[in-house]
Amino acid sequence: MCGVCGCSHQGEHHHHHDHDHHHDHHHDHHHEGPAGHAPHDLVRIEKDILAKNDAYARENRDRLEDAGVFALNLVSSPGSGKTTLLVKTIEMLKSTLSVAVIEGDQETSLDAERIRATSVPTVQINTGRGCHLDAHMVGHALDSLPLRRNSILFIENVGNLVCPAGFDLGEARKIVILSVTEGDDKPLKYPDAFAAASMMVLSKIDLLPHLDFDVAACIEHARSINPDIDVLQVSARSGAGMAGWIDWLINAPERAGGAEGAVHVHA
Amino acid sequence: MHEMSIASALVDQVCDQATRLGAVRVAEINLRMGVLCGIARALHFCWPSASQDTLCEGARLNIDEVPLTVMCTHCDAVKTPAALYNFRCPDCGRPTPKVLTGREMQLVSIGLVPPNEDVARARPGTMPEPEHVEPVPGNQK
Repeated sequence: MCGVCGCSHQGEHHHHHDHDHHHDHHHDHHHEGPAGHAPHDLVRIEKDILAKNDAYARENRDRLEDAGVFALNLVSSPGSGKTTLLVKTIEMLKSTLSVAVIEGDQETSLDAERIRATSVPTVQINTGRGCHLDAHMVGHALDSLPLRRNSILFIENVGNLVCPAGFDLGEARKIVILSVTEGDDKPLKYPDAFAAASMMVLSKIDLLPHLDFDVAACIEHARSINPDIDVLQVSARSGAGMAGWIDWLINAPERAGGAEGAVHVHA
Repeated sequence: MHEMSIASALVDQVCDQATRLGAVRVAEINLRMGVLCGIARALHFCWPSASQDTLCEGARLNIDEVPLTVMCTHCDAVKTPAALYNFRCPDCGRPTPKVLTGREMQLVSIGLVPPNEDVARARPGTMPEPEHVEPVPGNQK
C-alpha cells in the first residue's frame, strides 16, 4: 500500500526481503491517488544513499595510491589523546618517513597549530556543525598538501566515536583510538567504530595502575565486534609501546602491498 | 548528528533524479536499510527539516529494514548471529567477520508526481526512464 495516497498496489509495490538479487526492470507503476493526493510514478533507482561520498572517497583513494601515500583515518572520542599521540608519533617518525596531516575539528585550528609545530604539512578542516569529515572535504584538503611518495597521511577525524565510522574518506586503514580513561566496554557501546577499524590503539596506558580499566576484557569486547582487529597499547607520555606503533607505521604500507596494492578498508 | 548528513545526501540524490525526470514533487521514497545502520528513527525525525523547501518536502519515507546475516566459512553457510554486533557463528562459535546483509543504506525507488497529472493519469508510467544506474551490491560496505 502506498503510504502517501493510501492506494493498494499489491503485487506491484514490492517490499523486498530477498536482497541477494537485483531487479533491473523499471516497473514504473502508477499510483492513482484519491482526491487531494497527486498520482505518482514509482521510479526504481537502486543506489547507495552515500553514493556521492563513496565516489569522492574512491577518487581520494585512487589519488593517494597513485601518489604512493598511505592514509590513515584516526577515529576516537574527544579527549582520547589523538593529537598528543600524533605529535609524539610525528616526532619519532619524521626522520624516517614523510608525514602530512589533515586535522578535523568542529571549530578552531588549535590542533593544527600543535601539529604544525612539528613542521610537517598540515591542513585544518573545520566542520562547523558537522560531526565528521567526509570524502569531499578531504579531497579539497589533499589539494593543499604535498603528496610525497612513500609517505604517511594521518587524517585526524572529528572526536566522535559514532558518525565518522560510516563515512569512507578514501583512507587505506581506519584506526580507532581508545584511551584507558574511558570504559573498557566502549567497543560494545560504540560497535560501528570498532567494526570499521582494522586496528585499535589503546592510549594513555601509563595511567593503567590508577584505573580499573580491564585491558583483556576491552580487547575481548573489540574482537567480539571485529575478530580481525589488531591491537596496540601505547602511552605518548611515557613512551611505552611507541616503538611498536612506529614500527607498524613504517612497515604497514609495505605489508599492505605497497601503494599499488593497498588493502581497501571500507566502513 | 550523522543522520542529518545522510538525510541531506538522500535529498540531494532524490532531487537530482526528480529534476532530471521533470517531476514537480516527490511523493514517496523507498529505502532499504540494514539493521546495523540503526538510524531509521533518527532519519524520520530529521527528515522534515532536511527536505524543507526541496522537491522532497512532504515526501513519505518508507524504510525496509534488512536483517543481519553473516557468512560462516567454517559451516560454509549463511547464518544469523544471536545478537547484533556479535559476529560469531551461532552454531560453531567461530568469528564471522563477513557481513552479507545488514549494513545496506540504499535508495530503492522514488515516487514522482509528474508535471501534468492529467497526462500521467491517461497514460500510466509516463515518467521517462531514470538515468542508468548500476545496481550496488548490498554488502559492499
